[in-house]
Amino acid sequence: MLKLHYNLEKISMGLVGAIIAVASVGGIVEIAPLFTIQSTVEIPDDMRPNTPLELAGREIYIREGCYACHSQMVRHLADEIDRYGPYSLASESAYDHPMLWGSKRTGPDLARVGGKYSDDWHVAHLTNPRDFVPVSIMPAYPWLMRPLDTHLIEANLATLARLGVPYDAQMVSNALGDARAQARPDGDGADGLRDRYGEGIALRAFDGDPARLTEMDALVAYLQSLGKLTNAAAALLKEDAQ
Amino acid sequence: MAITATLTLSERRIGIGLSISLALLGLVMAAAARQGPMAVHGAIALALGLGLVFVLGGALYDHPEPGPGRLGRYYDAPTRFGIVMTLIWAVIGMSVGVWVAALMYWPEATPLWPATSFGRLRPVHTTGVIFGFGGNALIATSFWVLQRTARARLADAVSPWGVLIGFNLFVVWAVTGYLMGSTQSKEYAEPEWYADLWLVVVWGAYFVLYIRTLARRAEPHIYVANWYYLSFILVVAMLHIVNNLALPVSWTGAESFPIWSGVQDAMVQWWYGHNAVAFFLTTGFLGMLYYFLPVRAQRPIWSYRLSILSFWGIVFFYMWVGSHHLHYTALPYWVQTLGMTFSVMLLVPSWASAGNAIATLNGAWHRVRDDATLRFMFVAAVFYGLSTFEGSFLAIRPVNSLSHYTDWTVGHVHSGTLGWVAMIIFGAIYSIVPRLSGRADMAWPKAVEWHFWLAVAGTLIYVVSLWNAGITQGLMWRAYDQNGALSYSFIQSVEAMLPYYAARTLGGALFLSGAILCALNCRATMRRAGSISDAADRPLVAQPAE
Repeated sequence: MLKLHYNLEKISMGLVGAIIAVASVGGIVEIAPLFTIQSTVEIPDDMRPNTPLELAGREIYIREGCYACHSQMVRHLADEIDRYGPYSLASESAYDHPMLWGSKRTGPDLARVGGKYSDDWHVAHLTNPRDFVPVSIMPAYPWLMRPLDTHLIEANLATLARLGVPYDAQMVSNALGDARAQARPDGDGADGLRDRYGEGIALRAFDGDPARLTEMDALVAYLQSLGKLTNAAAALLKEDAQ
Repeated sequence: MAITATLTLSERRIGIGLSISLALLGLVMAAAARQGPMAVHGAIALALGLGLVFVLGGALYDHPEPGPGRLGRYYDAPTRFGIVMTLIWAVIGMSVGVWVAALMYWPEATPLWPATSFGRLRPVHTTGVIFGFGGNALIATSFWVLQRTARARLADAVSPWGVLIGFNLFVVWAVTGYLMGSTQSKEYAEPEWYADLWLVVVWGAYFVLYIRTLARRAEPHIYVANWYYLSFILVVAMLHIVNNLALPVSWTGAESFPIWSGVQDAMVQWWYGHNAVAFFLTTGFLGMLYYFLPVRAQRPIWSYRLSILSFWGIVFFYMWVGSHHLHYTALPYWVQTLGMTFSVMLLVPSWASAGNAIATLNGAWHRVRDDATLRFMFVAAVFYGLSTFEGSFLAIRPVNSLSHYTDWTVGHVHSGTLGWVAMIIFGAIYSIVPRLSGRADMAWPKAVEWHFWLAVAGTLIYVVSLWNAGITQGLMWRAYDQNGALSYSFIQSVEAMLPYYAARTLGGALFLSGAILCALNCRATMRRAGSISDAADRPLVAQPAE
């Protein structure tokens, strides 16, 4: 062996080839099967993709770096299930490009935060967290009340559709109208939005003002959708318990 | 000496051509995007390209061309520039680090602008220190080490500048992008698609330069340090390309979506993320260690066999361990188990490297005592051993159930980055800078001693406070009372962290002040250049027959 290496050290491209070969094994063994094994991700029947408004909120969540302090992955541990809710399933983030599982909980996990607090609470809390929780160390986001930039909404859906997220042609072409409709409960677009994304979606003036479509509308809509795209995790946990 | 003076006339012309291409690229980007981060980045590239055209073109005929005698000397001007950039990024990256640390117990300590909110500053810190500080140090020292261990001059004089300037443009694009809210959100791979593509080009040029110079070597064997630098260059390219595969929303905007999603994205991301630790923050720096420590201690490497074992062990094992970031998650169980198993096995090659470095100091302990520069390298090797042990420990599933998501992980990372990576960089800088300036020693030798103790104290305060923070957090989250209810609300665990967050800020500030001292010391040294040159320190050039 030592003799072999003694000779390898004299050939630079030999070293290059050997390094690439040796370094490739681990990734190939661990990553490649995840794309072929069916059981890795089984999409539940009731799973829906994010609405255009929620997706815009997700982009704001990413822009502001929320993932640096909040995970979206309830681990399979008793205290986490008690604190946050049913443990996360692979299918729940199957449409997430990128995933936002996170790596640090400076703040609590958000995988199941949808429906836990009112819209008003989220709006006031995001504007200044310390109004509600005096010892909170979360940053304040007062600028979220500015109008939502919608010029990429349709293109975003189209791009995700190309990557395999089940947005159909209707969803893509109606993206902008659907985004506006979700924050204007009395508007005309509400029925079309429900037809496309299901009855279960939240359709409210999230920031309290139906006349304006703000970044706050989008972000709160997204937060309220977390853990609500499918009921599979809750159903599975119930099954486990029985 | 002006940089232009080190280039021949044709090299200056090639440089101008490349600078014009860069300016055109910037112009096209800015014109196509018209608004948003991509337009700003195009403008930055345009300004940089034009600036370089003026620097090179303005002095095109000012300096006499270097004669053929230059081939008998190493080409160290790029290393000097790289060291300067290393120190600038150290100060920027660590200052932002101290700032975001302060925000964790004093959240109002920032203007209410989007650009200065915690979530946007935090990647400025990580990118600034990993890529700005670490990356420039790796590239600068790799040029230095490669030339001396190969006894050959860099293969050409233009591409080292292209690599360094191009790499720094990438880092500037990255951090300014975050401030504007442009990010892919993938940790340590946040820059958007066009910056990623740019880095691929720069990295390709780096690899070609490295291999061309190796091909000219006058030594038959490739020295260990170069194996490590080579693995750094190759594997970082692999990781970077696979993890950053993304589909841009349009070719004229910064936004994109990664092609990976959900569990596959998580696995790819942490395969990348942990191997960024391995091949960016470990192997390149082991290359640094394997060169500068023996040179400074004036002792040969203790065991050649051990360095072979540890090199291939690290290259093979590290690639498996990323999944230990995903214990108890929705990732298939067998992948988690593989990650854990290899993480534990990784301790063998890691300790082989650390042990090899420390054993090399046998017979030179009096130098460790007297020479702060060598002491930096010794402490680096010790922290390398400690943090790799901690890493293997934290990867064990039940331990990880407590430590994951807590500040223990952050403390672990900093014991590696402050205690190991930054210490070996400072050791290398203090070895190189006097020689780059033709001096026997730094301008302020006592400041090196001060820096050493500031760095050690800062690291220890930082790491110990986050051990306490992380373990407390983990225990509070899982504590149940006698009635079977969770004992603490989440916010109680946040409140319990505040003293530790304050202490870690102090630790970080001490470390930062040491780095500032280092930067000032290097500036003073470079300004008071001497004329010592080492007769033995020459590339071997074939002499024409008389």
